Amino acid sequence: MPHNGFRKAVMAMAITYAAGLTTLAQADVIIGVAGPMTGGNAAFGEQFWRGAEQAAADINAAGGIDGEKITLIKADDACEPKQAVAVANRLVDSDNVVAVVGHFCSSSTIPASEVYDEAGIISITPGSTNPQVTERGLTGEFRMCGRDDQQGTIAGDYIVDTLKATKVAVIHDKDTYGQGLADATRAQLNKRGVKEVMYEGLTRGEKDFNALVTKIRASGADVVYFGGLHPEAGPLVRQMREQGVTAKFVSGDGIVTDELVGTAGGPQFVDGVLMTFGADPRLIPDGKAVIEKFRANGYEPEGYTLYSYASVQAIAAAFNGAGSTDGAEASQWLKSHPVQTVMGTKSFDEKGDLKVSDYVMYQWGADGKYKQL
Amino acid sequence: MDAIFWQQMVNGLTLGAVYGLIAIGYTMVYGIIGMINFAHGEVYMVSAYLAAIAIALLGFFGIHSFPLVILGTLIFTIVVTGVYGFAIERIAYKPLRNSTRLAPLISAIGMSLILQNYVQLSQGARQQGIPTLLEGSLRLHIGDDFVQLTYTKVFILVAAVLGMLALTFIIQKTRLGRMCRATQQDRKMAQILGINTDRVISYVFIIGAAMAGLAGVLITLNYGTFDFYAGFIIGIKAFTAAVLGGIGSLPGAMLGGLILGIAEAQFSGMVNTDYKDVFSFSLLVLILIFRPQGLLGRPQVTKV
Repeated sequence: MPHNGFRKAVMAMAITYAAGLTTLAQADVIIGVAGPMTGGNAAFGEQFWRGAEQAAADINAAGGIDGEKITLIKADDACEPKQAVAVANRLVDSDNVVAVVGHFCSSSTIPASEVYDEAGIISITPGSTNPQVTERGLTGEFRMCGRDDQQGTIAGDYIVDTLKATKVAVIHDKDTYGQGLADATRAQLNKRGVKEVMYEGLTRGEKDFNALVTKIRASGADVVYFGGLHPEAGPLVRQMREQGVTAKFVSGDGIVTDELVGTAGGPQFVDGVLMTFGADPRLIPDGKAVIEKFRANGYEPEGYTLYSYASVQAIAAAFNGAGSTDGAEASQWLKSHPVQTVMGTKSFDEKGDLKVSDYVMYQWGADGKYKQL
Repeated sequence: MDAIFWQQMVNGLTLGAVYGLIAIGYTMVYGIIGMINFAHGEVYMVSAYLAAIAIALLGFFGIHSFPLVILGTLIFTIVVTGVYGFAIERIAYKPLRNSTRLAPLISAIGMSLILQNYVQLSQGARQQGIPTLLEGSLRLHIGDDFVQLTYTKVFILVAAVLGMLALTFIIQKTRLGRMCRATQQDRKMAQILGINTDRVISYVFIIGAAMAGLAGVLITLNYGTFDFYAGFIIGIKAFTAAVLGGIGSLPGAMLGGLILGIAEAQFSGMVNTDYKDVFSFSLLVLILIFRPQGLLGRPQVTKV
């Protein structure tokens, strides 16, 4: 009937109009950047923020997401799980973010991502490597980095094949990330037939590990593997050297910051320290222009800076590709399309992990800088 | 007794000496006004920053010889930390002198948060570090093995002992010490006898803070790294040491610190590092069950 048709047309117009209104009301695409902006691990928070800031500026200059500008909101979790949940709720409820880049510590990312998932928004962590981050069947959780089981495999193989160690002491910081990484490395060592001579945890926030170091010395270990972060790694390696322990010190991506030198009391102590980290993103040609921009501003895009940049790019690409900022649609798109990022082309699997991880070994030198081996 | 045992003794002694120095601040304040100064851990943290600033300044003026640097740093840090102690007492505790016992406790927690945030905002949230000032170490051979002691650790032990001796001398032999002891025994009576107890309380805060300042310099030298949150864990440990030794007792604070340090080190070495804090706190509980006043504390007599 013509009458009915007219009514439908009016309805359709009304809906389009309403939809148009909501788009107008949300003129900006608000993205949260969550990480340890304060506290012992603030160096990583700064890397996250610098990367995201530059990415947002570059995307906005190139026309934004579907014509809308990205606005970033900083959220500080201080690597405290409780605070992480609190800021996650704040981002979702009062800041109305449509996506989150973060968090850093796995122990923060895991509870916070539950909040994002419930709110139906997409979140990408540039640096949380604990397997559990993507193993819980969440729809919108992604990571721009590898996993500790992959990292542990590389470290374990390196210790067995290259360092030819037979006595390995495995130390961790009793935290989700640190212990998870230490466990992954220990599993690989055991698989390769090397049984660790000791396996112990230290306490985050303490600075005196002398008793532990004496125990390492007594165990006769020729390699010490540490799962943890630089505020503890620095004093630990220094106290080892001070007590005359010459064992090789191997760790993971939790010590990728120049601050390691400061916490260790000078470059002479970090000389020879080994760590696993993704192949240096600064060496990937795709990012050359962006890296130049960072350096022009007097900032060296070390550690997770470019990971954070790439996370914002992936979110922008997903929103553009899905034509919506809906978390479910965007994550569906992201899981089925490769994304061009500053770190090259990245594609995600069903869980939200990267399909290809690229962990390699790095070594710190007497000049206080690290180099890919 | 093998080398490892003695190495752990050395580890425990240096750690314990530092706990003891900070515990003095808790115990003196408790002894004199019966409150727990929860901001004391933060006073230590501030002193670590001050020590780093002093070292940087001296380096800037071209002073690099270790004795001069350390002397300058010690004087600067102890004096400025003493001023902090004085100011904290004036701002946060003195106005509450005659209110309920719990009021200054809350005020102390507030002070601790203020200091943490003030340092975080003014100095940044990053981990701070100083370069190693005193390189090299002493190696004592025992059998096939050895005990290794950095010169920094030797310096810590000597400085802590000297600090303790100086403090004992002040409390036992000087006029100021007599006033402190009188005020501790009976504040009202001391006041009647013409002692300005408010001033004595200020002195006690200054002395406690100065000891924390000494500890701050020593710890900063030894570990070379600190952040605005560094006062928390060490403050809790030092407070435990003060309670263990008998809160209110000066030798008790030092003894408590040493026992705590050695217990942590030996337990880590013989059993497991993961549970060293569980062990030290179980020790505290046990001692308090059998001696509620702590090792050297005087039992509290209820006056009727």
